[in-house]
Amino acid sequence: MLENVSVITLDQIAAEVWLLKQDGYRFVTMTCCDEGEVHDVLYHFDKNYALKHLRVKVRKGEPLPSISGIYFAALLVENEMKDLLGVTVNGMLIDFQGHFMLAEGAPKAPLNKSIPGIGIQVQVKTPAAAEGTVKS
Amino acid sequence: MVNLTNSIFRKLFSRPETLRYPFEKRELPEGTRGRIDIEIDKCTFCGACEKRCPANSLKVTREPKSWTLNPYSCIICGYCIEVCPKKCIVAHKEHYSPNT
Amino acid sequence: MNRRSTIPFGPQHPVLPEPIQLHLVMENEKIIQALPAVGYIHRGLEKIAEKKDYIQDVYLAERICGICSFIHSQNYCQGIEELMKVTVPDRAKYLRVIWAETHRIHSHLLILGLLADAFGFENLFMRLWKVREQILDIMEKTTGNRVILGVCAIGGVKRDITPELADYVLRQLESVEKQLPELCDSLLKDYSVKQRLIGVGVLPKDKAHELGAVGPVARASGLRMDLRERGYAAYGDLDFKMVTEEAGDCYARTTVRVKELYTSLELVRKAIQRMPQGPIAVPVKGTPPADEVLARIEQPRGELNFYIRGNGTRNLERFRVRTPTFANLPALLHQLTGCELADVPVIAICIDPCISCTER
Repeated sequence: MLENVSVITLDQIAAEVWLLKQDGYRFVTMTCCDEGEVHDVLYHFDKNYALKHLRVKVRKGEPLPSISGIYFAALLVENEMKDLLGVTVNGMLIDFQGHFMLAEGAPKAPLNKSIPGIGIQVQVKTPAAAEGTVKS
Repeated sequence: MVNLTNSIFRKLFSRPETLRYPFEKRELPEGTRGRIDIEIDKCTFCGACEKRCPANSLKVTREPKSWTLNPYSCIICGYCIEVCPKKCIVAHKEHYSPNT
Repeated sequence: MNRRSTIPFGPQHPVLPEPIQLHLVMENEKIIQALPAVGYIHRGLEKIAEKKDYIQDVYLAERICGICSFIHSQNYCQGIEELMKVTVPDRAKYLRVIWAETHRIHSHLLILGLLADAFGFENLFMRLWKVREQILDIMEKTTGNRVILGVCAIGGVKRDITPELADYVLRQLESVEKQLPELCDSLLKDYSVKQRLIGVGVLPKDKAHELGAVGPVARASGLRMDLRERGYAAYGDLDFKMVTEEAGDCYARTTVRVKELYTSLELVRKAIQRMPQGPIAVPVKGTPPADEVLARIEQPRGELNFYIRGNGTRNLERFRVRTPTFANLPALLHQLTGCELADVPVIAICIDPCISCTER
């Protein structure tokens, strides 16, 4: 149970984050969870060990505005979210074009449940390794 | 470098810190997890260890009765030792030898 | 006219313990910009965590990092215990503190040895790692393994420390403490070491707060930030004192780590003395509810955050890891602009990079 969560919409993100920065909050991280139709994006901030969270629901395919102009440290997390979950983010200061964590031939957006590929239908087959001690 | 000169001088005339393996082997303490083994006479082939293994390295079949461990994918975590109802899986001290 | 060139630093470099690549844009021996390129050891751990059940994930969380592994599993167990409302017995809390602080000593000795190796002082590197071997002997005797302990479980711990083992631990710590002053003096008071460390990689206090730096990097710049003050898992009864410095350069960070070695030795001694009797674990039944939690703990490198969300079944819905080296990367990029090329290895090691944590 997270205390201190406030639910906001997409166009309020920049204003709320700017107010938190003037107040002296430190940027901790961002989390994204796949909930079927929407992505549930959470922003976490901290001041003197007390946390504050902002929750935004983004529909799949809709772009999310970047906060790397306000907090420089956010751009690494946003690039990672773009790689692993397929969230489109506009206006990052440094854009790695989807290759921050994943290499050229890797499957696209592995943690996204609606994109098939390395989603839920694929079975991972390994070749039969040498058998160990057999007792019967 | 004045601080270390005394101990460098002392260490020059004492024996080396390394062990001359394989002529001298290291003493392994009791309770070290080196290798997983089973006492097959007590096993009831219930399959609880196979369901719980995080690395999927155990195979248990009821007919014919057999218990197989793949040593190349076992991570020696010890979860199978805890869940076995008959407590017949043990962990020996010595690790797998490269020539078996 | 000045010409610009780009030099790749890493992924294979003798000074880095784990592979990371930094593209350094240079103009006549001074660095103007640095860009990171990560992804060499991405293993997809967050995806594996969705396929295993919540008890097998304890073993997965341990293997995120090889240097700080007990603290990852402790944070995971604390997060699940908060989610499922399980109270851990007191003796288990003290035992977790003992193993966590022993892990912190071994991690700091490792990085101080690598720092000595980074500017060519190989004798000190070997001496510090010889002291570290005695700490690893403690861990092998009490838990069964040297680095990945496998001893933390949801609801408590799996092994106990008998009075004979506690005597052995105290004797080893005494022998470690006798050897430390000589080694730390040659790290902090030597003339040539000071020439390489003082004034290199300065991070002022307001920049550290704005870029989100954590751990010894932030404490060396004057920020008072250490999660052990909040008093989780028996730290509240052990009179913990934080260590800070003001200068913000590599020398200040080394001083913070050396002083934290002595703090951790004191904490282990007090925990062994004040440990109460009682059970070491409680049984746990059921599955995690459909709720979310953010678990925080102080790792040797900084603040570690786990976001855990359950959905009522045995599998977790989402397990997100944010490690302290990930938060210190923007601070590293800021320190590299304007420095010389020969200072890059020292600055890169001083933030304590654990890249396998960063790109799980």
